[in-house]
Amino acid sequence: MYRIMKTEILAPTITKLTVEAPLVARKRKAGNFVIVRATPNGERIPLTIVDSDPDKGTIVIIVQAIGKTTHIITEMMEGEFLMDVVGPLGEPTPVSDFGTVVCIGGGVGTAVIYPIAKALKEAGNRVVSIIGARNRDLVILEDEMAAVSDELIVTTDDGSHGKKGFVTDALQEVITGQGKPDAVYAIGPLPMMRAVANVTREPEIRTWVSLNPIMMDGTGMCGACRVTVGNEMKFACVDGPEFDAHEVNFDELIARNRTYAGPEQEAFSAWKNRTETTDCKHL
Amino acid sequence: MSGNGQQKKEADKKSPDAKAPKRQKVIALKPKERMKIPRHLPNEQDPMERITNFCEVSNGFNIDKAIAEANRCLECNDPVCMKACPVNVDIPAFIQLLYQGDYAGAIRKIRESNYLPAICGRVCPQENLCENSCIVGKKLEPLAIGKMERFLADYEANNGTFTPPPVAAPKGQKVAVVGSGPGGLTVAAELAQMGYGVTIFEALHEAGGVLKYGIPEFRLPKKIVDEEVERVKALGVKIETNVIIGRTLTIDELLGEMGYGAVYIGTGAGSPRFLNIPGENLSGVYSASELLTRINLMKAYKFPEFDTPMKIGRKVVVLGGGDVAMDAVRTSKRLGPEKALLLYRRSREEMPARLEEVHHAEEEGIEFHFLTNPLAIHGDENGWVKAIECQKMRLGEPDEKGRRRPIPIEGSNFTIETDTVVVAIGQSPNPIVQQTTPGLETTKWGTIVVDESGATSRPGIYAGGDISRGGATVIQAVADGKSASRSIDAYLTKIRSEKAGSEKSASKQSAT
Repeated sequence: MYRIMKTEILAPTITKLTVEAPLVARKRKAGNFVIVRATPNGERIPLTIVDSDPDKGTIVIIVQAIGKTTHIITEMMEGEFLMDVVGPLGEPTPVSDFGTVVCIGGGVGTAVIYPIAKALKEAGNRVVSIIGARNRDLVILEDEMAAVSDELIVTTDDGSHGKKGFVTDALQEVITGQGKPDAVYAIGPLPMMRAVANVTREPEIRTWVSLNPIMMDGTGMCGACRVTVGNEMKFACVDGPEFDAHEVNFDELIARNRTYAGPEQEAFSAWKNRTETTDCKHL
Repeated sequence: MSGNGQQKKEADKKSPDAKAPKRQKVIALKPKERMKIPRHLPNEQDPMERITNFCEVSNGFNIDKAIAEANRCLECNDPVCMKACPVNVDIPAFIQLLYQGDYAGAIRKIRESNYLPAICGRVCPQENLCENSCIVGKKLEPLAIGKMERFLADYEANNGTFTPPPVAAPKGQKVAVVGSGPGGLTVAAELAQMGYGVTIFEALHEAGGVLKYGIPEFRLPKKIVDEEVERVKALGVKIETNVIIGRTLTIDELLGEMGYGAVYIGTGAGSPRFLNIPGENLSGVYSASELLTRINLMKAYKFPEFDTPMKIGRKVVVLGGGDVAMDAVRTSKRLGPEKALLLYRRSREEMPARLEEVHHAEEEGIEFHFLTNPLAIHGDENGWVKAIECQKMRLGEPDEKGRRRPIPIEGSNFTIETDTVVVAIGQSPNPIVQQTTPGLETTKWGTIVVDESGATSRPGIYAGGDISRGGATVIQAVADGKSASRSIDAYLTKIRSEKAGSEKSASKQSAT
């Protein structure tokens, strides 16, 4: 059992949790993730480790409520426990001093790009960050990102905060205005990462994306997270989760991620109806 | 066959100083009478009933059947069944104790050689091992040794009569075991009984390894695995779940700052292989590992009571011919598709799966398509499987393993419409430990190189089961665990005596 030390609501559906997991905290590097199982009958889901404190033995995860499991986690409170937390998993982010790096976070993907931007900054890069969300309420970690970036651009789809438009528009402006960056890291919804890859392909800018396929064990045993990268089959849990954006078959991954959409919706509806009619602990 | 007394006399005459100690005969029936008793069959769930649930197929023996079956044993003086068993369980001895009604004594006898009888009584391929060599089997059906073993284990569990075997005085040395599958549990049980402090590190959230995520509930109920794990813990073994060696901790940390004297690696072969044919990444294509882990470990068959889903369509095609393929197709069948098919590129005779399971699968209405090789999987506009393209094969000359090689028949391509494909063509070793342990020698297949004692290229590190063999059986993992625990004991004993020696000389020096 893994105690939740602290929770913080970052946006209406997005919660930051500080969790006691000393062995994971000790080993964790930027880009690593954990597999979490919240409840006794729960499923295993991958979540990126946003930050860690080896001295306190804690890790930070940021969760957006989308399905049943993520709703349960975002509603958990300080002092409650996650059933299982295992990690750190995946290959750490390749961090070195490239020169100028653009770090792009879309939606809750900003939680994943934050530790990478921080590590890249510490490695001596000039970091230009672009974070985007649908609207003002969903912009997260703005201060944290500003603190690790030389320049921060915020975009919202509806223009309620920062620039109106998509992260790719801002990226295009950076490329046009400042010249080609040495590398781009982009993390967010798959269509966003695909769009970023399309922007940087032609000017041949080295670009990494962090993929979020369906995962179960996280140790290379189930093959659910297989993705096609450069016409080769890779397991995102052990070979990734970060890959060369220009080599990733996004269309295939988008289709694969819909595999369990039906049952997931069913589980969520059943859970939602239950909590709304019976035991909502916040009432 | 001669009578009991006469047989005894002959044995005396032949070899008064024979190496094998003469076994006392306890079964009252004359051998001729024993040979008249047909092999007993366990009650099984009706095939049409069982494909609607995940309950165990076989109900095993009751007391009457178990004892009646024990009466069939010829009490051979030099039992070949025992030699055929990879861990040399004293089969005639436990059968005699069963015959005498000493069920506690009988299961203790088995546990002297194999600490996991409830598991092995169910999943051991007895028909290729002990039962295959049984002398009764030369003329009639061999003794149902596995079913008797299972009866004794179940009887003990149902009556709560388990008492842990004695544990030797603590030796003051610790051993780390990586993986809680059959091999890891065996090493832990053996070394704990010798007095070592043993901790098992398990990557998943539950102990049991392949017994939990791989083998289906209907062949090996998870309650049985949990009970067996509890019996290992009763010896003082600690189990740390959610620890991935190679990620959370490394082997070198275990041997260094954490103070373990030796490590046993039993991480198994859990990495699924794919065919490398077009369309393998379409939605609706699963590895057998994914299907089985969702159903067995995560209990997706109880969705939505359990959160993990599994999506099986109207027609399932499973590719492969081994035990995992059989488990996958029978599991799929229980999830309610209209049809469940198995495609295998050779013929029935070459299938590596256990005969009992092939037979069970046939009873359950699984359609077998032999000499059929998949070439490509085709998808619909949403990226979901809609058909699998195959080619007919014929058998050619035997390969190096003696199995006849499948050869494609030109122009024989055909298509099977399906919405679910399960790839069950084998698993590779888990690579994480090998990648993160410098100096650990591996083969080109990724397995860890070991000598016959289970020792790897690095002192203090041992390995066995599928991680060194590539793909074997539960009982082979148990056997490897047993021999490795003997080598680990020898290794740590040597270290103790060296330490004692150097302390002695140090104290001598300080005295002078």
